[in-house]
Amino acid sequence: MIKGPLDRLRSGEILCGDGAWGTQLMARGLKPGDSPEALNLSNPEALVEVAQMYVDAGAELITTNTFGGSSIKLEAYSLDGETERINAAAIEVLKPVVAGKAYISASIGPTGKLLKPYGDTEPEEIADSFTRQIGAVTEAGADAVCIETMIDLIEAQLAIKAARAVSSEIPIIATMTFDTTPRGYFTTMGVPIDRACEGLAEAGADVIGSNCGNGIEKMIEIAAGFVEHSKLPVIIQSNAGVPEHRGGEVVYPETPEFMAERIPQLIDLGIKIIGGCCGTGPDHIRAFRAVVDRYRA
Amino acid sequence: MEVLQQIGESLQKGEDQKVAELTRQAIDAGVSAGQILNDGLLAGMDVVGKRFGANEIFLPEVLLAARAMNAGMDLIKPLLIADDVPSLGKVVIGTIKGDLHDIGKNLVGIMLKGAGFEVVDLGADVAPENFVETAEAEGASVVGLSALLTTTMIGMKDVVELVKERGLEGKVKVIVGGAPLSQAFAEEIGADAYGYDAANAVTIVKSLTGVA
Repeated sequence: MIKGPLDRLRSGEILCGDGAWGTQLMARGLKPGDSPEALNLSNPEALVEVAQMYVDAGAELITTNTFGGSSIKLEAYSLDGETERINAAAIEVLKPVVAGKAYISASIGPTGKLLKPYGDTEPEEIADSFTRQIGAVTEAGADAVCIETMIDLIEAQLAIKAARAVSSEIPIIATMTFDTTPRGYFTTMGVPIDRACEGLAEAGADVIGSNCGNGIEKMIEIAAGFVEHSKLPVIIQSNAGVPEHRGGEVVYPETPEFMAERIPQLIDLGIKIIGGCCGTGPDHIRAFRAVVDRYRA
Repeated sequence: MEVLQQIGESLQKGEDQKVAELTRQAIDAGVSAGQILNDGLLAGMDVVGKRFGANEIFLPEVLLAARAMNAGMDLIKPLLIADDVPSLGKVVIGTIKGDLHDIGKNLVGIMLKGAGFEVVDLGADVAPENFVETAEAEGASVVGLSALLTTTMIGMKDVVELVKERGLEGKVKVIVGGAPLSQAFAEEIGADAYGYDAANAVTIVKSLTGVA
Protein backbone atom coordinates (compact mmCIF):
# COMPACT_ATOMS: atom_id res chain seq x y z
CA MET A 1 0.00 0.00 0.00
CA ILE A 2 1.97 2.98 -1.24
CA LYS A 3 -0.77 5.56 -1.41
CA GLY A 4 -1.77 7.29 1.80
CA PRO A 5 -5.35 7.21 3.01
CA LEU A 6 -6.09 10.74 1.81
CA ASP A 7 -5.02 9.99 -1.76
CA ARG A 8 -7.37 7.05 -1.82
CA LEU A 9 -10.26 9.08 -0.43
CA ARG A 10 -9.61 11.83 -2.95
CA SER A 11 -9.64 9.36 -5.79
CA GLY A 12 -13.19 8.48 -4.76
CA GLU A 13 -12.55 5.36 -2.71
CA ILE A 14 -14.51 4.56 0.42
CA LEU A 15 -12.50 3.15 3.33
CA CYS A 16 -13.70 0.94 6.14
CA GLY A 17 -12.81 1.79 9.73
CA ASP A 18 -12.69 -0.67 12.61
CA GLY A 19 -15.01 -1.19 15.58
CA ALA A 20 -14.87 -0.86 19.36
CA TRP A 21 -11.67 -1.66 21.23
CA GLY A 22 -12.58 -1.28 24.87
CA THR A 23 -14.83 -4.34 25.08
CA GLN A 24 -12.28 -6.43 23.18
CA LEU A 25 -9.54 -5.41 25.59
CA MET A 26 -11.80 -6.17 28.57
CA ALA A 27 -12.17 -9.68 27.22
CA ARG A 28 -8.37 -9.87 27.26
CA GLY A 29 -7.82 -8.85 30.85
CA LEU A 30 -8.35 -5.08 31.02
CA LYS A 31 -10.13 -4.30 34.30
CA PRO A 32 -12.56 -1.41 34.86
CA GLY A 33 -10.66 1.35 36.57
CA ASP A 34 -7.30 0.47 35.02
CA SER A 35 -5.67 2.60 32.35
CA PRO A 36 -6.47 0.95 28.99
CA GLU A 37 -3.32 2.50 27.54
CA ALA A 38 -1.09 0.86 30.14
CA LEU A 39 -1.73 -2.38 28.20
CA ASN A 40 0.38 -1.02 25.36
CA LEU A 41 3.41 -1.75 27.52
CA SER A 42 2.15 -4.60 29.70
CA ASN A 43 0.16 -6.70 27.24
CA PRO A 44 0.89 -5.75 23.61
CA GLU A 45 -0.24 -9.23 22.51
CA ALA A 46 -3.82 -8.20 23.32
CA LEU A 47 -3.53 -5.26 20.90
CA VAL A 48 -2.17 -7.51 18.17
CA GLU A 49 -5.08 -9.90 18.60
CA VAL A 50 -7.72 -7.19 18.42
CA ALA A 51 -6.09 -5.44 15.46
CA GLN A 52 -5.75 -8.77 13.65
CA MET A 53 -9.46 -9.47 14.12
CA TYR A 54 -10.36 -6.14 12.60
CA VAL A 55 -7.88 -6.47 9.72
CA ASP A 56 -9.29 -9.93 9.01
CA ALA A 57 -12.80 -8.45 9.10
CA GLY A 58 -11.80 -5.98 6.40
CA ALA A 59 -11.02 -2.79 8.28
CA GLU A 60 -8.61 -0.55 6.41
CA LEU A 61 -8.06 1.94 9.21
CA ILE A 62 -7.03 0.37 12.48
CA THR A 63 -7.49 2.58 15.52
CA THR A 64 -4.72 2.52 18.10
CA ASN A 65 -5.23 1.99 21.81
CA THR A 66 -4.32 5.59 22.60
CA PHE A 67 -7.73 7.24 23.14
CA GLY A 68 -6.72 8.22 26.68
CA GLY A 69 -3.05 8.61 25.82
CA SER A 70 -2.76 12.37 26.23
CA SER A 71 -0.42 13.23 29.08
CA ILE A 72 -3.31 14.88 30.97
CA LYS A 73 -5.36 11.67 30.85
CA LEU A 74 -2.40 9.47 31.73
CA GLU A 75 -1.66 11.68 34.71
CA ALA A 76 -4.78 10.28 36.42
CA TYR A 77 -2.94 6.95 36.56
CA SER A 78 0.44 8.56 37.33
CA LEU A 79 1.57 7.45 33.88
CA ASP A 80 2.15 10.87 32.30
CA GLY A 81 5.89 10.31 32.47
CA GLU A 82 5.37 7.36 30.13
CA THR A 83 3.33 9.31 27.55
CA GLU A 84 5.88 8.91 24.75
CA ARG A 85 6.56 5.21 25.38
CA ILE A 86 2.90 4.27 25.76
CA ASN A 87 1.84 6.04 22.58
CA ALA A 88 4.79 4.84 20.51
CA ALA A 89 4.26 1.25 21.64
CA ALA A 90 0.65 1.34 20.46
CA ILE A 91 1.82 2.17 16.92
CA GLU A 92 4.85 -0.12 16.77
CA VAL A 93 2.95 -3.21 17.81
CA LEU A 94 0.39 -2.79 15.01
CA LYS A 95 2.85 -2.36 12.14
CA PRO A 96 3.30 -6.06 11.31
CA VAL A 97 -0.45 -6.63 11.67
CA VAL A 98 -1.56 -3.94 9.22
CA ALA A 99 1.36 -4.25 6.78
CA GLY A 100 0.02 -3.67 3.28
CA LYS A 101 -3.59 -4.16 4.35
CA ALA A 102 -4.60 -1.24 6.53
CA TYR A 103 -3.54 2.11 7.90
CA ILE A 104 -2.71 2.87 11.50
CA SER A 105 -5.00 5.61 12.73
CA ALA A 106 -3.81 7.02 16.06
CA SER A 107 -6.75 7.68 18.35
CA ILE A 108 -6.63 10.98 20.22
CA GLY A 109 -9.45 11.42 22.74
CA PRO A 110 -10.49 14.41 24.86
CA THR A 111 -8.43 15.34 27.90
CA GLY A 112 -11.58 15.40 30.05
CA LYS A 113 -10.68 18.89 31.26
CA LEU A 114 -12.80 21.95 30.75
CA LEU A 115 -11.12 25.00 29.32
CA LYS A 116 -11.28 28.37 31.01
CA PRO A 117 -13.62 30.15 31.63
CA TYR A 118 -15.91 27.09 31.87
CA GLY A 119 -13.36 25.09 33.82
CA ASP A 120 -9.93 25.83 35.21
CA THR A 121 -7.65 24.52 32.47
CA GLU A 122 -5.52 26.81 30.31
CA PRO A 123 -5.50 26.11 26.55
CA GLU A 124 -1.69 25.85 26.61
CA GLU A 125 -1.91 22.96 29.05
CA ILE A 126 -4.24 21.04 26.73
CA ALA A 127 -2.17 21.92 23.66
CA ASP A 128 1.02 20.68 25.34
CA SER A 129 -0.67 17.46 26.34
CA PHE A 130 -1.79 16.78 22.74
CA THR A 131 1.58 17.82 21.35
CA ARG A 132 3.34 15.20 23.46
CA GLN A 133 0.92 12.47 22.48
CA ILE A 134 0.71 13.33 18.79
CA GLY A 135 4.46 13.85 18.62
CA ALA A 136 4.94 10.31 19.88
CA VAL A 137 2.46 8.67 17.49
CA THR A 138 3.71 10.48 14.41
CA GLU A 139 7.32 9.75 15.23
CA ALA A 140 6.41 6.10 15.70
CA GLY A 141 4.92 6.07 12.21
CA ALA A 142 1.15 6.46 12.47
CA ASP A 143 -0.54 6.83 9.06
CA ALA A 144 -3.14 9.26 10.38
CA VAL A 145 -4.28 10.82 13.62
CA CYS A 146 -7.93 10.46 14.55
CA ILE A 147 -9.02 13.16 17.01
CA GLU A 148 -12.30 11.71 18.21
CA THR A 149 -15.31 11.89 20.55
CA MET A 150 -14.79 15.62 20.96
CA ILE A 151 -17.55 17.72 22.51
CA ASP A 152 -15.67 21.02 22.80
CA LEU A 153 -14.78 22.60 19.47
CA ILE A 154 -11.93 24.58 20.99
CA GLU A 155 -10.33 21.46 22.44
CA ALA A 156 -10.74 19.69 19.08
CA GLN A 157 -9.09 22.64 17.37
CA LEU A 158 -6.21 22.61 19.84
CA ALA A 159 -5.63 18.94 19.00
CA ILE A 160 -5.83 19.54 15.24
CA LYS A 161 -3.40 22.43 15.45
CA ALA A 162 -1.04 20.42 17.64
CA ALA A 163 -1.11 17.63 15.03
CA ARG A 164 -0.42 20.02 12.17
CA ALA A 165 2.42 21.67 14.09
CA VAL A 166 3.97 18.28 14.77
CA SER A 167 3.73 17.14 11.15
CA SER A 168 2.85 19.07 8.02
CA GLU A 169 1.86 15.87 6.22
CA ILE A 170 0.05 13.54 8.56
CA PRO A 171 -3.63 13.16 7.62
CA ILE A 172 -5.83 14.58 10.36
CA ILE A 173 -9.23 13.04 10.99
CA ALA A 174 -11.42 14.89 13.50
CA THR A 175 -14.78 13.73 14.81
CA MET A 176 -17.23 15.05 17.38
CA THR A 177 -20.03 13.35 19.31
CA PHE A 178 -23.55 14.74 19.11
CA ASP A 179 -26.65 14.51 21.27
CA THR A 180 -30.20 14.65 19.97
CA THR A 181 -32.18 17.68 21.11
CA PRO A 182 -35.56 19.01 19.97
CA ARG A 183 -33.60 21.69 18.13
CA GLY A 184 -31.33 19.27 16.31
CA TYR A 185 -27.93 17.76 16.95
CA PHE A 186 -25.55 19.48 19.36
CA THR A 187 -22.50 18.32 21.29
CA THR A 188 -22.69 18.46 25.09
CA MET A 189 -20.89 21.80 24.87
CA GLY A 190 -23.55 23.12 22.49
CA VAL A 191 -21.72 22.82 19.17
CA PRO A 192 -24.10 22.24 16.22
CA ILE A 193 -23.02 20.36 13.09
CA ASP A 194 -22.52 23.44 10.90
CA ARG A 195 -20.19 25.04 13.43
CA ALA A 196 -18.31 21.77 13.86
CA CYS A 197 -17.78 21.61 10.08
CA GLU A 198 -16.54 25.14 9.94
CA GLY A 199 -14.34 24.98 13.04
CA LEU A 200 -12.72 21.61 12.34
CA ALA A 201 -11.90 22.62 8.75
CA GLU A 202 -10.60 26.01 9.81
CA ALA A 203 -8.19 24.39 12.29
CA GLY A 204 -6.80 22.23 9.51
CA ALA A 205 -8.53 18.83 9.62
CA ASP A 206 -8.45 16.75 6.42
CA VAL A 207 -11.39 14.49 7.17
CA ILE A 208 -14.22 15.41 9.54
CA GLY A 209 -17.32 13.76 10.90
CA SER A 210 -18.87 12.09 13.92
CA ASN A 211 -18.30 9.07 16.12
CA CYS A 212 -20.03 7.59 19.13
CA GLY A 213 -23.17 8.66 20.97
CA ASN A 214 -25.73 7.38 18.48
CA GLY A 215 -26.88 4.33 16.58
CA ILE A 216 -26.79 4.07 12.81
CA GLU A 217 -30.12 5.77 12.06
CA LYS A 218 -29.25 8.99 13.86
CA MET A 219 -25.72 8.83 12.49
CA ILE A 220 -27.19 8.90 8.99
CA GLU A 221 -28.96 12.17 9.87
CA ILE A 222 -25.74 13.54 11.35
CA ALA A 223 -23.87 12.43 8.23
CA ALA A 224 -26.32 14.36 6.08
CA GLY A 225 -25.61 17.46 8.17
CA PHE A 226 -21.89 17.12 7.63
CA VAL A 227 -22.27 16.60 3.91
CA GLU A 228 -24.50 19.67 3.70
CA HIS A 229 -22.06 21.93 5.53
CA SER A 230 -18.65 20.65 4.51
CA LYS A 231 -16.57 20.08 1.42
CA LEU A 232 -14.10 17.83 3.23
CA PRO A 233 -14.36 14.03 3.12
CA VAL A 234 -16.66 12.84 5.91
CA ILE A 235 -16.13 9.94 8.34
CA ILE A 236 -18.94 8.27 10.31
CA GLN A 237 -18.23 5.77 13.11
CA SER A 238 -21.55 4.72 14.59
CA ASN A 239 -22.36 2.99 17.85
CA ALA A 240 -24.40 -0.20 17.66
CA GLY A 241 -27.34 1.73 19.09
CA VAL A 242 -27.64 2.93 22.66
CA PRO A 243 -26.92 0.40 25.39
CA GLU A 244 -29.74 -1.69 26.80
CA HIS A 245 -29.74 -3.82 29.91
CA ARG A 246 -30.62 -7.42 29.68
CA GLY A 247 -30.37 -9.56 32.76
CA GLY A 248 -27.52 -7.68 34.41
CA GLU A 249 -25.60 -7.26 31.20
CA VAL A 250 -25.14 -4.20 29.05
CA VAL A 251 -25.96 -4.90 25.43
CA TYR A 252 -25.70 -2.71 22.35
CA PRO A 253 -28.78 -3.71 20.38
CA GLU A 254 -27.91 -3.07 16.71
CA THR A 255 -26.83 -6.23 14.93
CA PRO A 256 -24.32 -6.33 12.07
CA GLU A 257 -27.23 -6.96 9.67
CA PHE A 258 -29.31 -4.06 11.01
CA MET A 259 -26.43 -1.62 10.64
CA ALA A 260 -25.15 -3.00 7.33
CA GLU A 261 -28.60 -2.66 5.76
CA ARG A 262 -28.32 1.07 6.41
CA ILE A 263 -24.72 1.55 5.27
CA PRO A 264 -25.83 2.21 1.66
CA GLN A 265 -27.51 5.38 2.94
CA LEU A 266 -24.13 6.61 4.20
CA ILE A 267 -22.52 5.69 0.89
CA ASP A 268 -25.25 7.50 -1.04
CA LEU A 269 -24.59 10.58 1.03
CA GLY A 270 -20.96 10.41 -0.04
CA ILE A 271 -19.45 9.37 3.29
CA LYS A 272 -15.82 8.39 2.72
CA ILE A 273 -14.84 6.48 5.85
CA ILE A 274 -17.35 4.14 7.45
CA GLY A 275 -16.56 2.39 10.70
CA GLY A 276 -17.97 1.53 14.09
CA CYS A 277 -17.72 2.73 17.65
CA CYS A 278 -19.10 1.39 20.96
CA GLY A 279 -20.87 -1.93 20.65
CA THR A 280 -19.54 -2.79 17.20
CA GLY A 281 -17.20 -5.72 16.71
CA PRO A 282 -15.49 -7.64 13.93
CA ASP A 283 -18.81 -9.04 12.69
CA HIS A 284 -20.17 -5.53 12.21
CA ILE A 285 -17.06 -4.47 10.33
CA ARG A 286 -17.17 -7.57 8.13
CA ALA A 287 -20.76 -6.71 7.23
CA PHE A 288 -19.87 -3.06 6.55
CA ARG A 289 -16.96 -4.08 4.35
CA ALA A 290 -19.16 -6.39 2.31
CA VAL A 291 -21.47 -3.46 1.57
CA VAL A 292 -18.56 -1.17 0.70
CA ASP A 293 -17.09 -3.84 -1.56
CA ARG A 294 -20.36 -4.08 -3.46
CA TYR A 295 -20.04 -0.39 -4.24
CA ARG A 296 -16.42 -0.75 -5.24
CA ALA A 297 -17.19 -3.46 -7.73
CA MET B 1 -36.98 44.05 44.81
CA GLU B 2 -35.01 45.34 41.86
CA VAL B 3 -31.56 44.34 43.07
CA LEU B 4 -32.65 40.72 43.49
CA GLN B 5 -33.99 40.64 39.98
CA GLN B 6 -30.72 42.12 38.72
CA ILE B 7 -28.80 39.41 40.59
CA GLY B 8 -30.88 36.76 38.85
CA GLU B 9 -30.42 38.35 35.45
CA SER B 10 -26.66 38.82 35.82
CA LEU B 11 -26.36 35.25 37.03
CA GLN B 12 -28.13 34.00 33.92
CA LYS B 13 -25.61 35.85 31.80
CA GLY B 14 -22.74 34.31 33.77
CA GLU B 15 -21.46 37.68 34.99
CA ASP B 16 -19.71 36.59 38.18
CA GLN B 17 -18.22 39.93 39.18
CA LYS B 18 -21.51 41.72 38.63
CA VAL B 19 -23.35 39.14 40.71
CA ALA B 20 -20.84 39.59 43.54
CA GLU B 21 -21.17 43.35 43.30
CA LEU B 22 -24.98 43.26 43.34
CA THR B 23 -25.01 40.75 46.18
CA ARG B 24 -22.82 43.06 48.23
CA GLN B 25 -25.18 45.95 47.43
CA ALA B 26 -28.16 43.90 48.56
CA ILE B 27 -26.42 42.91 51.81
CA ASP B 28 -25.52 46.55 52.48
CA ALA B 29 -29.12 47.59 51.79
CA GLY B 30 -30.22 45.20 54.53
CA VAL B 31 -31.78 42.49 52.38
CA SER B 32 -31.68 39.20 54.27
CA ALA B 33 -29.30 36.46 53.12
CA GLY B 34 -32.24 34.07 52.75
CA GLN B 35 -33.98 36.47 50.42
CA ILE B 36 -30.85 37.07 48.34
CA LEU B 37 -30.45 33.31 48.05
CA ASN B 38 -34.02 32.43 47.17
CA ASP B 39 -35.22 35.43 45.19
CA GLY B 40 -31.88 36.35 43.59
CA LEU B 41 -29.42 33.51 43.10
CA LEU B 42 -31.74 30.51 43.12
CA ALA B 43 -34.37 32.31 41.09
CA GLY B 44 -31.71 33.00 38.47
CA MET B 45 -30.44 29.41 38.50
CA ASP B 46 -34.00 28.15 38.18
CA VAL B 47 -34.30 29.93 34.84
CA VAL B 48 -30.90 28.59 33.78
CA GLY B 49 -31.95 25.06 34.74
CA LYS B 50 -35.21 25.32 32.85
CA ARG B 51 -33.56 26.74 29.74
CA PHE B 52 -30.96 23.99 29.91
CA GLY B 53 -33.67 21.36 30.30
CA ALA B 54 -35.40 22.79 27.23
CA ASN B 55 -32.11 22.65 25.25
CA GLU B 56 -32.16 26.42 24.78
CA ILE B 57 -28.72 26.72 26.37
CA PHE B 58 -25.88 24.26 26.84
CA LEU B 59 -23.23 23.22 29.32
CA PRO B 60 -20.94 26.28 28.81
CA GLU B 61 -23.70 28.74 29.75
CA VAL B 62 -24.64 26.63 32.77
CA LEU B 63 -21.02 26.48 33.94
CA LEU B 64 -20.70 30.25 33.71
CA ALA B 65 -23.99 30.76 35.55
CA ALA B 66 -22.81 28.38 38.26
CA ARG B 67 -19.60 30.33 38.63
CA ALA B 68 -21.63 33.51 39.01
CA MET B 69 -23.86 31.83 41.58
CA ASN B 70 -20.80 30.78 43.57
CA ALA B 71 -19.54 34.37 43.52
CA GLY B 72 -22.75 35.41 45.26
CA MET B 73 -22.87 32.37 47.54
CA ASP B 74 -19.38 33.06 48.86
CA LEU B 75 -20.65 36.37 50.20
CA ILE B 76 -23.90 35.20 51.76
CA LYS B 77 -22.78 31.82 53.09
CA PRO B 78 -21.57 33.15 56.47
CA LEU B 79 -24.82 35.13 56.78
CA LEU B 80 -26.95 32.11 55.95
CA ILE B 81 -25.22 30.17 58.71
CA ALA B 82 -25.60 33.05 61.17
CA ASP B 83 -29.29 33.38 60.26
CA ASP B 84 -29.76 29.63 60.51
CA VAL B 85 -31.32 29.46 57.05
CA PRO B 86 -31.86 25.77 56.27
CA SER B 87 -30.98 24.24 52.89
CA LEU B 88 -33.41 21.97 51.06
CA GLY B 89 -31.32 19.02 52.19
CA LYS B 90 -28.01 17.37 51.63
CA VAL B 91 -27.03 15.25 48.62
CA VAL B 92 -23.82 13.23 48.29
CA ILE B 93 -22.70 12.85 44.67
CA GLY B 94 -19.83 11.16 42.87
CA THR B 95 -18.77 9.11 39.86
CA ILE B 96 -18.74 5.39 40.44
CA LYS B 97 -15.59 3.38 41.19
CA GLY B 98 -13.40 2.82 38.15
CA ASP B 99 -14.89 5.72 36.22
CA LEU B 100 -13.01 9.00 35.92
CA HIS B 101 -15.60 10.94 33.95
CA ASP B 102 -17.00 13.82 35.92
CA ILE B 103 -18.53 16.41 33.59
CA GLY B 104 -22.06 15.02 33.93
CA LYS B 105 -21.72 14.59 37.67
CA ASN B 106 -20.42 18.14 38.06
CA LEU B 107 -23.37 19.44 36.11
CA VAL B 108 -25.78 17.59 38.40
CA GLY B 109 -23.98 19.16 41.39
CA ILE B 110 -24.37 22.62 39.88
CA MET B 111 -28.07 22.10 39.24
CA LEU B 112 -28.70 20.73 42.74
CA LYS B 113 -26.88 23.65 44.35
CA GLY B 114 -28.79 25.96 42.04
CA ALA B 115 -32.02 24.49 43.36
CA GLY B 116 -30.98 25.09 46.97
CA PHE B 117 -29.55 21.73 48.03
CA GLU B 118 -26.29 21.32 49.88
CA VAL B 119 -24.01 19.13 47.79
CA VAL B 120 -21.15 16.98 49.03
CA ASP B 121 -19.15 16.11 45.91
CA LEU B 122 -16.87 13.09 46.39
CA GLY B 123 -15.36 13.47 42.92
CA ALA B 124 -14.66 10.59 40.52
CA ASP B 125 -13.71 6.93 41.06
CA VAL B 126 -15.58 6.74 44.38
CA ALA B 127 -15.79 3.46 46.33
CA PRO B 128 -19.25 2.25 47.53
CA GLU B 129 -18.19 2.55 51.19
CA ASN B 130 -17.21 6.16 50.65
CA PHE B 131 -20.65 7.02 49.26
CA VAL B 132 -22.54 5.33 52.04
CA GLU B 133 -20.33 6.38 54.93
CA THR B 134 -20.28 10.00 53.78
CA ALA B 135 -24.05 10.04 53.46
CA GLU B 136 -24.36 8.70 56.99
CA ALA B 137 -21.78 11.06 58.46
CA GLU B 138 -23.21 14.11 56.70
CA GLY B 139 -26.82 13.21 57.34
CA ALA B 140 -27.55 13.26 53.61
CA SER B 141 -30.87 11.87 52.48
CA VAL B 142 -29.86 11.25 48.87
CA VAL B 143 -26.83 9.72 47.19
CA GLY B 144 -26.36 10.47 43.49
CA LEU B 145 -24.26 8.06 41.41
CA SER B 146 -22.85 8.84 37.98
CA ALA B 147 -21.25 6.61 35.33
CA LEU B 148 -20.26 7.17 31.74
CA LEU B 149 -18.95 3.70 30.98
CA THR B 150 -21.03 0.61 30.40
CA THR B 151 -18.32 -1.29 32.23
CA THR B 152 -18.48 0.73 35.43
CA MET B 153 -22.23 1.35 35.72
CA ILE B 154 -22.67 -2.21 36.99
CA GLY B 155 -20.83 -1.06 40.14
CA MET B 156 -23.81 1.11 41.07
CA LYS B 157 -25.51 -2.01 42.31
CA ASP B 158 -22.85 -2.35 45.02
CA VAL B 159 -23.81 1.03 46.45
CA VAL B 160 -27.52 0.16 46.46
CA GLU B 161 -26.74 -3.09 48.25
CA LEU B 162 -24.45 -1.45 50.76
CA VAL B 163 -27.19 1.05 51.64
CA LYS B 164 -29.45 -1.91 52.45
CA GLU B 165 -26.73 -3.77 54.28
CA ARG B 166 -26.13 -0.81 56.56
CA GLY B 167 -29.84 -0.56 57.30
CA LEU B 168 -30.19 2.80 55.58
CA GLU B 169 -32.84 1.79 53.08
CA GLY B 170 -35.51 4.48 52.89
CA LYS B 171 -33.35 6.86 54.90
CA VAL B 172 -30.74 7.31 52.21
CA LYS B 173 -32.20 7.22 48.70
CA VAL B 174 -30.06 6.34 45.71
CA ILE B 175 -30.47 8.15 42.39
CA VAL B 176 -28.43 7.11 39.36
CA GLY B 177 -27.60 8.79 36.07
CA GLY B 178 -25.17 8.87 33.15
CA ALA B 179 -25.11 8.49 29.39
CA PRO B 180 -25.45 4.69 29.16
CA LEU B 181 -28.12 4.39 31.89
CA SER B 182 -31.86 3.99 31.70
CA GLN B 183 -34.91 3.74 33.92
CA ALA B 184 -34.89 -0.01 33.33
CA PHE B 185 -31.32 -0.30 34.58
CA ALA B 186 -32.11 1.77 37.68
CA GLU B 187 -35.02 -0.55 38.47
CA GLU B 188 -32.95 -3.64 37.80
CA ILE B 189 -30.28 -2.70 40.33
CA GLY B 190 -32.87 -1.52 42.86
CA ALA B 191 -32.00 2.18 42.82
CA ASP B 192 -34.69 4.53 44.09
CA ALA B 193 -34.66 6.68 40.97
CA TYR B 194 -33.07 7.51 37.63
CA GLY B 195 -32.38 11.03 36.39
CA TYR B 196 -32.09 11.26 32.61
CA ASP B 197 -30.27 14.58 32.67
CA ALA B 198 -29.06 17.15 35.18
CA ALA B 199 -32.25 19.20 35.15
CA ASN B 200 -34.35 16.06 35.57
CA ALA B 201 -32.08 14.95 38.42
CA VAL B 202 -33.14 18.02 40.41
CA THR B 203 -36.83 17.27 39.87
CA ILE B 204 -36.27 13.68 40.97
CA VAL B 205 -34.22 14.60 44.04
CA LYS B 206 -36.94 17.07 45.04
CA SER B 207 -39.57 14.36 44.84
CA LEU B 208 -37.34 11.87 46.69
CA THR B 209 -36.87 14.35 49.53
CA GLY B 210 -40.47 15.47 49.56
CA VAL B 211 -39.59 19.06 48.66
CA ALA B 212 -41.86 19.09 45.65
